[in-house]
Amino acid sequence: MGDQLMNWLIAILQTALFVALAPLLAGWLKWCKCYLQNRRAPSLLQPYRDLLKLTNKQPVVAEQASWIFLIAPYIIFSATVLAATVVPFIAVDLPTSASADVIVLVGFFAFARFFLALAGLDIGTAFGGMGSSREMTISSLAEPAMLMAIFTLTMTASTTNLSFAITHVLNEGLVLRPSFVFALSALVLVAIAETGRIPVDNPATHLELTMIHEAMILEYSGRHLALIEWASQLKLMLYGVLIANIFFPWGIAEAFSAEALGYGVLAIVGKLAILAVFLAIAETLVAKMRLFRVQEYLSFAYLLGLLGMLSHIILEASR
Amino acid sequence: MILVLAYGAVLLSFASGLLALLMNQRQAALEFSQFINEKFPGGNQCCRALLANCLEEKKFPDRLRKAVFVLLGLSGVFATLAGLSVLLSQQVVTDQLGLGLPWLPWHVRFDCLSGFFFLIIGIAVSAVSLYGPGYVNSYNDSQHPFAVLGLFTGLFVAGMLLVLLADDAFFFMIAWELMSVASYFLVAFQHENSANRRAAFIYLLMAEVGALAIILGFGVLASFSNGFTFDALREAHLSSTWASIAFMLALLGFGMKAGIVPVHVWLPEAHPVAPSHISALMSGVMLKVALYGLIRFCFDLLGDVQWQWGVVLLILGTVSALGGILYAMMQANLKRLLAYSSVENIGIIFMVLGLSMIFMANGHPKLAALGLLAALLHAFNHALFKNLLFLGAGILHHQTHQLNIDMMGGLIKKMPKTSVLFLIGCMSISSLPLFNGFVSEWLAFQTALQVDVLDNGVLRSLIPVAAAALALTAALAAACFVKVYGMIFLGQSRSHYCDKAHEIQDKGMLAGSALLAALCFVFGVFPGLIISLINNVAGQLLGETLPNEGALGWLWLAPVSSAQASYAPPLVLIGALLAAGICFWFLRRNPSTVMRRAETWDCGYGGLTPKMQYSCSAFTMPFRRIFSKVWIIDEQIKKDMQGAMNQDVAAVHYHLEVSDHTWPLLYQPIERAVNLTAATVGRIQTGNIRTYLGYSFATLILMLWVIS
Repeated sequence: MGDQLMNWLIAILQTALFVALAPLLAGWLKWCKCYLQNRRAPSLLQPYRDLLKLTNKQPVVAEQASWIFLIAPYIIFSATVLAATVVPFIAVDLPTSASADVIVLVGFFAFARFFLALAGLDIGTAFGGMGSSREMTISSLAEPAMLMAIFTLTMTASTTNLSFAITHVLNEGLVLRPSFVFALSALVLVAIAETGRIPVDNPATHLELTMIHEAMILEYSGRHLALIEWASQLKLMLYGVLIANIFFPWGIAEAFSAEALGYGVLAIVGKLAILAVFLAIAETLVAKMRLFRVQEYLSFAYLLGLLGMLSHIILEASR
Repeated sequence: MILVLAYGAVLLSFASGLLALLMNQRQAALEFSQFINEKFPGGNQCCRALLANCLEEKKFPDRLRKAVFVLLGLSGVFATLAGLSVLLSQQVVTDQLGLGLPWLPWHVRFDCLSGFFFLIIGIAVSAVSLYGPGYVNSYNDSQHPFAVLGLFTGLFVAGMLLVLLADDAFFFMIAWELMSVASYFLVAFQHENSANRRAAFIYLLMAEVGALAIILGFGVLASFSNGFTFDALREAHLSSTWASIAFMLALLGFGMKAGIVPVHVWLPEAHPVAPSHISALMSGVMLKVALYGLIRFCFDLLGDVQWQWGVVLLILGTVSALGGILYAMMQANLKRLLAYSSVENIGIIFMVLGLSMIFMANGHPKLAALGLLAALLHAFNHALFKNLLFLGAGILHHQTHQLNIDMMGGLIKKMPKTSVLFLIGCMSISSLPLFNGFVSEWLAFQTALQVDVLDNGVLRSLIPVAAAALALTAALAAACFVKVYGMIFLGQSRSHYCDKAHEIQDKGMLAGSALLAALCFVFGVFPGLIISLINNVAGQLLGETLPNEGALGWLWLAPVSSAQASYAPPLVLIGALLAAGICFWFLRRNPSTVMRRAETWDCGYGGLTPKMQYSCSAFTMPFRRIFSKVWIIDEQIKKDMQGAMNQDVAAVHYHLEVSDHTWPLLYQPIERAVNLTAATVGRIQTGNIRTYLGYSFATLILMLWVIS
C-alpha cells in the first residue's frame, strides 16, 4: 500500500515536472534558432515570463463567443496534461501509464484538437474557420501515419502500454531494427506536422495565407491564451519525449531510487536538448511549404510507417 | 418469465399500432364506451371519468397520441428488461407458437444474442417514445394522418422484435418482411414530395432484393438439412463451396439492409425523408437487426467460418467506413450526412466482425470473442449516439424548419440545452476518450493489433493496413462532426429562420435525447458494465469469452492482459477534472483579471457579417481537393459582369454538386440492362391476336413433341 502511494506520488511529481519544463524546451528551441539565424536570442526563461504576463492580464473575449470558447482552453490544457501523465518521462512502470495506453494518448490529442477547432469556429470570423478547417485536414492525415508508426512499435513489443513497450526495448538492448528506423522517421515527420512547426506551419507568423494554429487562437487573450500556449509547448515536448524515450530509452529510471530518478531527469533533459537542436537546424534550413503540398508530406510519412510495419512483419517477426 | 417479457414487448408495440388507428374513430370509441357503461353500470367511477375525459372532442387527439407512445414506451421497457434478464441469467428459452400454417408452427428462441439486440431496441424505442409525442405534433393536418404513422411505427417495432425471436426460416422471413414493409410506409409517409416517393421506392426495391438473397441463403442451407427450423439448419453439413455461396447470399441480403458500400444507396435517400424519430429507429436500430441476421447466419447457423469470409468482410467494411465518412463530410443536409455516417459505422462493425472471423478460422477463439465483442459494443454505441443525433436533428428541424446546415449557425445561444446534448452526440461519434464511441474503437484497435498470432503473411500485413484505415476514418469523423457542430451551433446565424429559433419547449423531446446522452457518457466512463453483458453473448455463441476476464472490473479495461493494454476511463475522468479544476482555480483567483467582452476583431474594416464565416463547403474544401477522386464533383463559379468595359464583378454564383460514384458505375448499368431486357421481351408482345394464337400453337406442338 505504501509502495502504491509512493508510486502515485512519483507519477504526479513526474507530471508536474513535465508541465513545468515544457516552456523551457520552447525557450531553448527559440534560443537555438536565433543563434543559427544570427539573431540575438531572448533569455531561456522568456516563455515563463510570457505565460506569467498573460495570466496577469485581463482577458478580452469577443461578444460573439459562447461557452465553448471559454471552456476550450481548460479542456485543451487538461487533455494535454493527461497525455503527459501517460508518457514515461523520467521513469517507467508508473501507475499512470497503465490507466491509458498509446491509443488513448492519440485520443487525448484528438480531444484537445476537437475543442480547439470548435473554438476557432465559435467566433464566426473567416480566420477561425480557416484555421479549424486546415487543422482538421492535417490532423486527419497525420493520425493514420502516427498510428502506423506506433503499431510497428507495439507489435514489436506486443503491448500498447508505453511503459511496457519501453521496458521491452531496454531489455532487448541495442539492436538495429529496420522497422524502427522507418517508424522513427515517420514519427518525426508526424510530430513536425502535429506540433505546427516548419515546414507545415510556422508558429512565429501571423500571415493570413499560411497560418493554421494561430488562425484558430487569434481571438484568445490573457489567461486563455496562456493555457493554449502552454498546451502547445506541452505537445511539442510530448512528441519529443515520445521519440526520445521510445527509440532511445537508455537512461530512463527503472527503479524508484533517488539516484536512478536523478539520472532519469538528466538523461531526458539531455536527449530533449539534442532533439531541439536538430529541430532548430531543420527549421532554419527548410522553407515552409504550400498548404496543398502537406498531403504529399504526410502520405510520405504514412508510407514510411507502412514500410516499417512491413519490414517488421517480413524481416523481424519471430516465426 | 423472460419469454413473457419478450412477448409483452411485441404485443405492446402491436397494441400501440392498433390504438393509433382509433385516431379517426372518435365516434366509434364514444359508442363503445357508452356500450361498456350500459353493460357494466357498476364499474369504477374513476375509470369512467378518466375515459370520458379522454374522449372529449378537443383533447382526444392529444390524449390518444400520448397513449400510443406510452404503449410504445412500455414495449421498449419490456424489451430492455427481457434483454437484460436473458443476458444476466444466460439462459436459452425456446417456445412454439401455433400461428401461421397448420403444419408449420412458429419456433421461438431467445438467447443472449437476441437478448443483446433486444436491449438495443428497447433503449432506442424508450427514448423515441419519450421524444415522439412532441415531435408528431407538427403532423396535425389531414394530409399526414397520425393513424398511419402510429400504426406502422408499432408494426415496425414489432417486426424488428420478432426477427430477433425467430427460430425458423419461415418465421424469420415473415418478421423480416413485416419490418421492411412497415418501414417502407414510414419512409413514404410524406408522399406528396416526389423525392420521398422515389426514396421509398428505392428502399422497397432494395429491401426486397435483399430479402430474396436471404431466402436463397436459407434455401442453400435447407437443401443440406431436413427442415427449416434453425436447429435443423445448424445440423447441416455443407461443403466449403456451398457454405461460401450461402455466406455470399447472406452477406448480400443482410448487407443491403445494413447499408454497406456499394449497396448503401437507399440509406442517404430514405433517412432524410422519414420523420426524425423514424430515421433514428431505422438508422440506430434496424441496421443493427440486419447485423444480427448476419451474425446469426454466419456464426450460429453456418458454424465453421472460413477466413476468406473474414477477409471479404474486412475489405468491404474498410471501404464502407472510409467511403461513408468521406461522403458524409460533403453533405450539407444534416440527416443525409448522418445517414452516410451510419454507412461508416456499419463499415467499422463489419471490419471488426471480419477480424473476428479471421481469428476464429485460424484457431484463436479467444481473440475471435474479443473481435465479436468489439463489433457488438460498437453496434450498441452506434445505436445510442446515432439515435441521439437523429433526435437532435429532429429538434433542429422542428425549431428552424430546415435541415441545411449551411443555413444554420449560432444556435448554441438560442438552444442551450439542445446544444449540450448534440455536443455529447458529436463527441461520442468522433470517438473521443470518456465517451462510448472511443471504447469500441479502442477495442477494435486492440483486436487488430493481435495480428501477430496469425501465420498467414498476407493477413499479417493486410490487417494493420486496415487498422490504419480505421484510424483515418476516426480522424475524418472527428473533422466531419467538428464541421457539423461548428456550422449548426457556433458562429453567427446564417438565415432568419435561425435568428428566430428558440429552445424547444416540449420536455419529452429533451428527455428522450437526454436519456441517450447520459447513456453515452455512462458507458464511456464505465464500459465494464456493458462489456460484461456482451461477454455473455460471446460465451454463448462462440463458447469462449474475453481472453482476460479477470480484468473486467468497473475501473479497468484490459481485454487481453493487463501487460498488453489497459484503459481506465474513471481514472482518466478524475485526472481531467483535477487538472482542469486546479488551473481553473489557479487562474481565476486574481479578481482584477475578470474577463471583459469586446467586439470581435474585424481587421479594422468594421461589420463582420455572417457571410464572411466559413461555410460547410469551405470547411471541407481541403478534403475535397486531397481526396478528389472519391466523389464526382461538379463545381462551377459564374461571375456576372457589369460596367463600361464589362469588367466589374456584380455578383458571383457558386454551384457545387457532389455525387456518389456508385450510381453511374453500378446502378445505371443495371437499370439500362433491365430496360433493354424489357424492351427485347416486349418485342414478342405484338398485341396482335394472330401472333398470340401462333405462340399457343407452337407451344402445343412443342409439348406434344416432348411428350411423345
